[in-house]
Amino acid sequence: MREPLARTHTLIEAKGVSFGYGRQPVLEDVDLEVRAGEFVALVGPNGSGKSTLLRVLLGSLDPSSGTVRLFGEPPSRFADRARIGYVPQRPVLDSEVPATVEEIVTTGRLARRGWWRPLHRDDHEQVGHALDSVGLGDLASQPLNELSGGQQQRAFIARAFAGEPDLLVLDEPIAGVDAESQRRFRDSITHLIEEHGAGVLLVSHELSAVASDLDRVVVLKRRVVFDGPPAELAASGVSLGVHPEDLPLWLEELR
Amino acid sequence: MPWPIDALPYPFELGFMQRALVASVVVGVFAPMIGTFVVQKKMSLIGDGIGHLAFAGVGAGLVAGVSPIWAALVVAIAGALGIEWLRSRRTASGDLALALFFYSGIAAGVVLVSLGGGFDASLLTYLFGQPLTVNDQEIAIIVGLGGAIVAAMLVLRRGLFAVVTDEDWSRVAGLPVGLLNTVLAVIVAASVVAAMRIVGLLLVAAMMVLPVASGQLLARSFRGTLWWSVAIGVASVVAGLAASRIWGLAPGGTIVLISGAIFVVVALIRRARIPKLQAEGAGL
Repeated sequence: MREPLARTHTLIEAKGVSFGYGRQPVLEDVDLEVRAGEFVALVGPNGSGKSTLLRVLLGSLDPSSGTVRLFGEPPSRFADRARIGYVPQRPVLDSEVPATVEEIVTTGRLARRGWWRPLHRDDHEQVGHALDSVGLGDLASQPLNELSGGQQQRAFIARAFAGEPDLLVLDEPIAGVDAESQRRFRDSITHLIEEHGAGVLLVSHELSAVASDLDRVVVLKRRVVFDGPPAELAASGVSLGVHPEDLPLWLEELR
Repeated sequence: MPWPIDALPYPFELGFMQRALVASVVVGVFAPMIGTFVVQKKMSLIGDGIGHLAFAGVGAGLVAGVSPIWAALVVAIAGALGIEWLRSRRTASGDLALALFFYSGIAAGVVLVSLGGGFDASLLTYLFGQPLTVNDQEIAIIVGLGGAIVAAMLVLRRGLFAVVTDEDWSRVAGLPVGLLNTVLAVIVAASVVAAMRIVGLLLVAAMMVLPVASGQLLARSFRGTLWWSVAIGVASVVAGLAASRIWGLAPGGTIVLISGAIFVVVALIRRARIPKLQAEGAGL
């Protein structure tokens, strides 16, 4: 197991980032930082630019101005992608051919091991740990598309965990999943932060399960309108414990 | 190689049947193997599109006076790279990119073959396949290409599985998505050309897809689907060759029909079993 990173280590950093689709501005002068051991939630009303910001941060889109750094490097030059665990926004995997939970989660080891290299015993052990951490150890040999939406999303989280990431980026990972899956999700995230010193950037409107564990909340409305601890956000009248459909409406009011 | 090998019984006791058997079994292994990845990528018809391009290559070979197989391989690989380029740049959808190359390829093939004066019986062996007339040189090409395809698939299978299952995630995870998609396209092109003398360019995609259609009904994992598909592919070619000899049928079409028949049987059995399994699961 690798040594946890020092908590002062900046994992992801955006400074003055702007982006637009054509003439339509989506992000304006956005600053964002996630350090090792930090649990940061990125929230905002629908259409506030959250998913676009994630794509810019991960290097899928280039900002029109400003800078992004992943582990101190521009995303285009950052080669050690195994350090990033990514859980995409997706209700279910649209798979033509049946694939087991274990087969999907094992792909999470490829970036770290080398996609062309044979997997070793420790790779399979890490996959087993990842499955256990999200409570899917007993369902490893089940076809993924026979699982519930919540279980499938846990499998995608396990895939991210399997790579032993230093930075975990999750885009709406628990949208509409059951309470049991949310509890499992919360436990596995806090385990990753506490035991491995990873940083977590979570985009979600369903924050009630993790509200007490968050270090910071960043509210995005094309620009960052709030960046601080949850308690400060609560003092401004926004409660993270509200129903996920209501949180974006509450955030509309935030100036 | 000295044919026939004495140990094989009827209907494979003659030299030409044994040559056909060797070449067809190789195709029965690699076509469903590559097909499992192609089906998962939702590009089941790519083999068909590249098959039409390979027809243009056959025509170019006839015009230029070079081996149609090698000319088809060059054109098929170039076309596969073009399809992948269009798809990856999202200039055209995978479906539209296939159609563009599909129709251009068949049209170019018709024009080139007419220029080369090749509208004769030999052309039909490329379009519809004729394993009973493969010679030792063609067997060497099929076995060589097939061996290279299987070796490449075994080395690349994990990375390819990740990319065909979840391309966006694979890109973020740092996998070489463009390279793996390109290699997959080249392997499909090589498979089409290696299989064209057995089942024909018009039916080659069927050997990539139909065994997989049965395999994914029988298996509960990607690995299981792959090996079931290979087993069904081999069974189809052996049974198809035997039937073509016994009843004097066109072997390429017979092989594909048997593969289709296996799918129908598997689907019916599965359909009959599901209510029973559900009843057992419900404790009835």
